Amino acid sequence: MIKNWFKSGSPWIWLNAAAVSTCLIMVVGVLGLIVARGVGHFWASPIVSMSYQEDDGQIKTIIGEHVDTTITPAAMAKSTGFVLADNEDILIQYLMKTGNRDLTGTDFRWIQERHIKSQAEPADLIVVERREWGNFYGQLTAVKEGENVIASGEKSWNVLQERLKITLELHEKIAHLEKKEIGAINYALEQLRLEQRGLELKNKWNAERVKEFADKKAAYDVNYKKYQTELADLYQQVRRFSLVATTENGSELAIPLSKVVDVFQPNKMSLFDKIGHYFEKLGEFLSEDPREANTEGGIFPAIFGTIMMVIMMSIIVTPFGVIAAVYLREYAKQGFTTRLIRIAVNNLAGVPSIVYGVFGLGFFVYILGGNIDKLFFPESAPAPVFGTPGLLWASITLALLTLPVVIVSTEEGLARVPKAIREGSLALGATKIETLWKTVLPMASPAMMTGLILAVARAAGEVAPLMLVGVVKLAPTLPLDGNYPFLHLDRKFMHLGFHIYDVGFQSPNVEAARPLVYATSLLLVLVIIGLNLSAILIRNHLREKYRALEG
Amino acid sequence: MSTPEARSHSFDASSILRSTHDHNTPVEPCLKVENLNLYYGKKQALFGINMEMPKKKVTAFIGPSGCGKSTLLRCINRMNDLVDGVTIEGKILLHDDNIFDKSVNVAALRRRVGMVFQKPNPFPKSIFENVTYGLRIQGINDKRVLEETVESSLRGAALWDEVKDRLNDNALGLSGGQQQRLVIARAIAISPEVLLLDEPASALDPISTLKIEELINELKEKFTIVIVTHNMQQAARVSDYTAFMYMGELIEIGATSQIFTKPTKKQTEDYITGRYG
Repeated sequence: MIKNWFKSGSPWIWLNAAAVSTCLIMVVGVLGLIVARGVGHFWASPIVSMSYQEDDGQIKTIIGEHVDTTITPAAMAKSTGFVLADNEDILIQYLMKTGNRDLTGTDFRWIQERHIKSQAEPADLIVVERREWGNFYGQLTAVKEGENVIASGEKSWNVLQERLKITLELHEKIAHLEKKEIGAINYALEQLRLEQRGLELKNKWNAERVKEFADKKAAYDVNYKKYQTELADLYQQVRRFSLVATTENGSELAIPLSKVVDVFQPNKMSLFDKIGHYFEKLGEFLSEDPREANTEGGIFPAIFGTIMMVIMMSIIVTPFGVIAAVYLREYAKQGFTTRLIRIAVNNLAGVPSIVYGVFGLGFFVYILGGNIDKLFFPESAPAPVFGTPGLLWASITLALLTLPVVIVSTEEGLARVPKAIREGSLALGATKIETLWKTVLPMASPAMMTGLILAVARAAGEVAPLMLVGVVKLAPTLPLDGNYPFLHLDRKFMHLGFHIYDVGFQSPNVEAARPLVYATSLLLVLVIIGLNLSAILIRNHLREKYRALEG
Repeated sequence: MSTPEARSHSFDASSILRSTHDHNTPVEPCLKVENLNLYYGKKQALFGINMEMPKKKVTAFIGPSGCGKSTLLRCINRMNDLVDGVTIEGKILLHDDNIFDKSVNVAALRRRVGMVFQKPNPFPKSIFENVTYGLRIQGINDKRVLEETVESSLRGAALWDEVKDRLNDNALGLSGGQQQRLVIARAIAISPEVLLLDEPASALDPISTLKIEELINELKEKFTIVIVTHNMQQAARVSDYTAFMYMGELIEIGATSQIFTKPTKKQTEDYITGRYG
């Protein structure tokens, strides 16, 4: 009976099915966890105000968001030092985000469910999202202009919204002035200084140039002064308003509106308000710069850096890989040497990525970059230009890392082009190179795209080598901006993968950063899926176009 | 034209051609093969071949599989250059020029000697692009010239009426017979002097085969045609001259009617009557 069952092959089918479902469950589980944890972060959860009896019997008020719940069996809780009554089987603990880090020192607190005396969700509680010190939770009492109270009590909410809008607009103007306008002047001045230094090194720095440069500088200075006065004025305006709020223990705190990003009353919001708020926060997360050591704000520079780096990598790796594969397959005499090269290429794919990082740092950054600096940028010495980790070297290092996949799949693609097609082209009087360009390479292009897809998938998720050759925790400028030559390959950049590591494991405020880790992971996965999907679409299009001959 | 090659069954092919031609018009040879030996590595595949292929006639190569008829055909446009380890001795003269001469530009030679392969091999491009491929290689991009050539070539290959409304469709969407005629159109678009057909109908159904045979009859008005075929009826139907090859040697060449009715060699007779091969 059992023997027959084995013979029938069903156990084998069941084994296969089990393996496949295990894989599927794991993939879905990972994605589900990331989605569930990452997506919820932007939802405006209600704020609870509760009276809580401390261990010493004192009753306190706690205001905050419920973040997490743990349930511990009594025995285990007792062994870790909790005092429980005999009739208690379990210990329920809540993790509350209470904010107000500037006042209490921490913004998360564990409390025990059995010590909560009462709890409520008063509608007038506010959450203040600040540029420093994290969130504030409390009750709004007044809005001030300078030292004068301009609204108090119930009217203050509307006045606050109005004034906050003004302040945020001013803040945007300041940011624009500082980053764009003054940034451009600084950049131009720096270029001018380098030019001057270059001329000095060439002994061409004469009286005529001195005057020319002084004129240019004066022009920039005039502009700079103009922006400075404008800025000073804006700063004065932005500091005008502040809000006054009471904290959970009744003390009053004045928060200048220039330090506020957003104020909202989650307990008063309807479902639609919350959905709107959710997407607003999501948009901010995607489009803004990080704040507070990356634990708050957005991750736009990291998204931008990741995509830039992957695109640069693709631009570098594709021609190299294709040319190498064409040589190996079409021109090189097949024999021991080509076999040796193929083995070497395949083995390159198995080298740990950190080794590439070390190689990139040692060879590309220090040797290549150092010599480029000596030859082309003597004026900026001792500050390095290319002799320091940056976008170019990171892209080249990853291109080297992904080169084997591109070579291997392009070679496979070339091998799959039927001999009949090549002969057909040659018989029409085409030379070998014409046959390659006009027929063979287009027909092998889907395979090249497959190689590129694999390369992108690997490169986008790579972190270890990047830490050595160009990624930083916080980059002040993007590698692409409005200053000539627009694409700055020498700049350092931010990367989603490294951002996850940095926020999750190098951050002083682990609890606050945890949801961001999930959200960033989700985004990294989405970016990779997006890059892959677009490459797959291109490949399928090409495949359709160059369908190989049947039979 | 005798050869010192001991194993060679050479004879004066041109005298046969002349003697078998009733109209007394001397046939002008287009291609002359002189004492051709071919080796794949150390293995010899062709032994001292001597023959002539007359201008604007159809010459068929027949013989059992592996007898070297395709190899000989592929010598004429130097397709064997692509095979590793091939050495060729002797000459093939195309209008008195040796095609193996060092000064010969192979691509230019192949423009004069077109070839159609056993299996249809259109490029995965549009019908229009397939036909204009050879012209574009030569740098001809004038739209008017290309369009005219496409029409005349497709008419020449008896395909125009079937595809004139879908010139921009992918050529791979055509049927096998249409594809083979497209490949012929592609070959004649660059106006070669010689057309080499390597078993052009062996992968096709009977009706497509018939069409190809009719086409060959029309094409010989303009081109010198050399055809390799397995099918003896086909050789009898389409060719003016037939060469029988066996084991890398040319056994006999003559007017098709003579080869099929009164062959001079016993081997030829055995093959034609189906006693071996």
